[in-house]
Amino acid sequence: MDFLRKNPSVLWFLAILAVFTLAVTLMAPGTGSGAISTSFVKTLGKTLCLAMVALAMDLVWGYAGILSLGHMAFFAIGGYMIGMWQMYARTEEIVITSLAQSPIPPTATEIHQGIASQIFGVVGSSHMPEIWYFAHSLPAQLALVVLVPALLALVFGWLAFRSRVAGVYLSILTQAMTLALALWLFQNDSGLRGNNGLSGLQNIPGLGKVAQETLSVWFFWASALALALAYLLLAWVVSGKFGSVIRAIRDDEQRVRFLGYPVEGFKLFVFALTAVIAGIGGALYYPQAGIINPAELAPIASIYLAVWVAIGGRGRLYGAVMGAVIVSLLSSWFTGGRVPDVPLGFATIHWVDWWQVLLGLAFVLVTLFAPRGLGGLVDLVTGLHPPRRHGAALGPDSGSLQEREAQE
Amino acid sequence: MIRTLLAAVLALTLASGLARAEAVGDILDTNKALVEHASRLTIGPVIDKLAASGDPRAETLLKAWGDKLLGLRKSDGAFVLLKRKGAAYQLTQPDGTDVGMAKRSDINILRPNAGVRRLIDGALVEFQLSSPDLKTRTEALSIIDHHPEAGQLKPLEASLKAETDPALRARKERLLRLLTIRFGENSAKRIAAINSFGADTGLDLRGTLNPLLDTHRIIAKAGEKPKGNIDRPLIPGKTITTEAAYDLLVARGEAPARQTPTARRQALEAHIEGGKVGGIPLAQLSDPEARDRAYAALEKAGQVPRAATTREVRAAVAAHDYWVVYAEADPAMTTAAKAALAKIAVKVDAMQALDLLLEALSLASIYFLAAIGLALTFGVMGVINMAHGEFIMMGAYTGYVVQQIIPNYTLSLIVALPLAFAVTFAAGVAMERLVVRHLYKRPLETLLATFGVSIALQQLAKNIFGTQARPLTSPDWLDGAWVLNDVVSISYIRIAIFVLGLVFLCLFLWVMKRTRLGLELRAVTQNPGMAASMGINPDRINMLAFGLGSGIAGSAGVALGLYAKVTSELGQDYIVQSFMTVVVGGVGNIWGTLAGAALIGSLQKGIEWLNPSNTLAAQTYMILFIILFIQVRPRGIIALKGRAAGD
Repeated sequence: MDFLRKNPSVLWFLAILAVFTLAVTLMAPGTGSGAISTSFVKTLGKTLCLAMVALAMDLVWGYAGILSLGHMAFFAIGGYMIGMWQMYARTEEIVITSLAQSPIPPTATEIHQGIASQIFGVVGSSHMPEIWYFAHSLPAQLALVVLVPALLALVFGWLAFRSRVAGVYLSILTQAMTLALALWLFQNDSGLRGNNGLSGLQNIPGLGKVAQETLSVWFFWASALALALAYLLLAWVVSGKFGSVIRAIRDDEQRVRFLGYPVEGFKLFVFALTAVIAGIGGALYYPQAGIINPAELAPIASIYLAVWVAIGGRGRLYGAVMGAVIVSLLSSWFTGGRVPDVPLGFATIHWVDWWQVLLGLAFVLVTLFAPRGLGGLVDLVTGLHPPRRHGAALGPDSGSLQEREAQE
Repeated sequence: MIRTLLAAVLALTLASGLARAEAVGDILDTNKALVEHASRLTIGPVIDKLAASGDPRAETLLKAWGDKLLGLRKSDGAFVLLKRKGAAYQLTQPDGTDVGMAKRSDINILRPNAGVRRLIDGALVEFQLSSPDLKTRTEALSIIDHHPEAGQLKPLEASLKAETDPALRARKERLLRLLTIRFGENSAKRIAAINSFGADTGLDLRGTLNPLLDTHRIIAKAGEKPKGNIDRPLIPGKTITTEAAYDLLVARGEAPARQTPTARRQALEAHIEGGKVGGIPLAQLSDPEARDRAYAALEKAGQVPRAATTREVRAAVAAHDYWVVYAEADPAMTTAAKAALAKIAVKVDAMQALDLLLEALSLASIYFLAAIGLALTFGVMGVINMAHGEFIMMGAYTGYVVQQIIPNYTLSLIVALPLAFAVTFAAGVAMERLVVRHLYKRPLETLLATFGVSIALQQLAKNIFGTQARPLTSPDWLDGAWVLNDVVSISYIRIAIFVLGLVFLCLFLWVMKRTRLGLELRAVTQNPGMAASMGINPDRINMLAFGLGSGIAGSAGVALGLYAKVTSELGQDYIVQSFMTVVVGGVGNIWGTLAGAALIGSLQKGIEWLNPSNTLAAQTYMILFIILFIQVRPRGIIALKGRAAGD
């Protein structure tokens, strides 16, 4: 209770999320009036997953000051891990059905080979790669959704933080990691079907009889629940002493180190924790998206993630969620071609073409003039006004964000 | 008396002349059926006889035949040579006598097929080799080159002495030695010919030597050594799989075929009786062992053909020995060929290393070119500019637009390089004034803001120029490649990029070390406050430096656009590698950038060489290597020391 009293935003957030979930449930075709389409329910569910990875990004960037350009890679890895099980199990169902038509029951080898050639025929192989060893088991793959991002983040983070790579260099290094992973997955012999990716993920094995409109609501609920839990967890993490330490690391890493805190350990924990949250978000996102391919983890995706968090407002959890939800929904609205064109007389603005330009410019403007992002609007409502500093830094590090200290 | 004698001499001369003149005609007449329906398999002796007749008309005749200008007159079935005269043909007898005109419908034109024509060309070669026309001789040599035959050896040797053209003579000598390797009279001569080449890397030599080492697999009873020139034994389970060995036996008809699982399954399905196969219930047949038993039962009942079981396969394989045998019978020949090929291989490897080095150098210069602008903005000023790639793209598109206006490719290139510099210089200055200036104290946010500019510029380029790739054509003198030999070659455009990289390096060094701007820039980056109190305007210097870095990126874009296609994603492809280059090399030092580009370029080519099928994997491994490299040298290859290093 003490925690909730100190963090009133948590209750607000959970209440808004609950109302939103209820509203969507009542309007969804599977459970309510059908005022919105199944695909829109899926879009909303996906947006909640994106909000979840934005939360993770906010913790690692807004609180700990590590601008990671690799969290969408963890997100995609989560998607790949769940996608492997889905693809395997679903192909298994199909292969068993087709083999059952012949009079002699199939052997285990025949089924296995049937699955392998079904899945990998598209990349010219009929051999099941080693990394699919656990693909038949849902619990194992669910564990991998957590373990693989965590392990990758731990190894990479340990290497990077140990050698004191920080700031811009770390950003570039994480971007390189993402690029390396994407390039590796693009190969046909990486064992994950190259640039075809994994597809048909909207069909959940064992739930073939459940209609998509019902499934979409189930996934929406799951995404909302996961988002709520992630929010609670992160709000709890940043509200305590731990939160103070990571904020201190963001503002002056050297001083925290001299105070005797194991800075590398804190950073590593934050990096791995956020990677896990991103992975779980991905595991919920891709079954709703239906397909995952290596393009999903191109470096640009991670930069967009940073864009969402920056527009929403760093250093406050609800800001990240606001940014992700608003920008990604706006983005799908503009690129969906449903926005009316603007005739200017000499030319017509097709928003499908110009949305990216608008987003890029908006991003520059937000960075320049509203470093607190959309979350700053909340400050206006609640009447919090940081002192006008005219650019003078409060702390010793010229790169740090110090508005919080100014309030308190 | 004298008159009779003269008459006799005349008659004799005429007769002998006639006898020779009749030769080709006679040969044709005696082999009329063969010639009329010429086939590659049977016509050989006739063509040889014609070529060897010694008749001076033989060449003309063969040529006419090959050119479909030999025919049969329908009225009497005589062979005639044809010459087109308008709609009709002028006819000549094989001996050269003119026999008037004829219509197309009066003649059966012989149309030798491609196989026959090749034989004819082969026979013609020996006439062409000594032809006075240089072009004909050259053509004859290329025919020998492509279709070497035993019969060409003698004429080639004969024509060598009279050859006047030195280049052609050298070629003839080389071909003669190659022909000797293939068709020489005895092994001693052939081996001498092989050894005369030494470690020659020519493809033609390797093409001649490799067939000498052709092998095939043979089977012998266990313990028996087969006849022939043996290369090596094959041991089942070690140097040959048991399955492959058994397949050899099957191919020789000495063993029944192995059964595929599918065939076995179908056989079982065909014999289902009352829910059972061979007495075993269907439900149990999901077990492979049960299937074996069911099939064995069916076999015993004689209902299915006998198929080799695993044990039978093993026994049959063990009862034989397997050998690899050369098609060439003489062991001395194969040894010599092997030795020669080994020598060549060593030399080819050395050449390949050289080629790899050139490629690595060229890739390094591409990375250097892409990164040199960053070396200034990121390396010296410490400003991270994610829109750097888009400045490269902008430069490339400037080149494209200039080419649309100035059609002369050389001139347009000369105009485009400085123009691209000017355009991106302006863009860089504008961006510095509007965006970057406000964020010098917040480096991470510079990254974000410039990224915003980058996506806006990229989409803008897409909206203006479309999504398809635009060609930036290089002038003719940049086409083609500098070919050193069969292994080593490098395209001129890569050399040009290398040269351009050098030019930019010199320009950069000159600006930084020899100009007022460079001096002030170094002062501002080391200590802006102190520089300002010395009367330097840091704002102006930062602006100019940023513009300079962007301008270099733009000019580099023209060169990169020549090398790759111009698309709106051109810059994006280079941005991560460019940052890598600067970071690996060491920030704040152009030599570091150079070293970084060299390291990344040669590393990528090296990995590609280890795994040539996969450039994507090469890039993955390269990035992993870089991540590890940063562990060892966090400040790059050439790290700044002392005050200049900052913090």
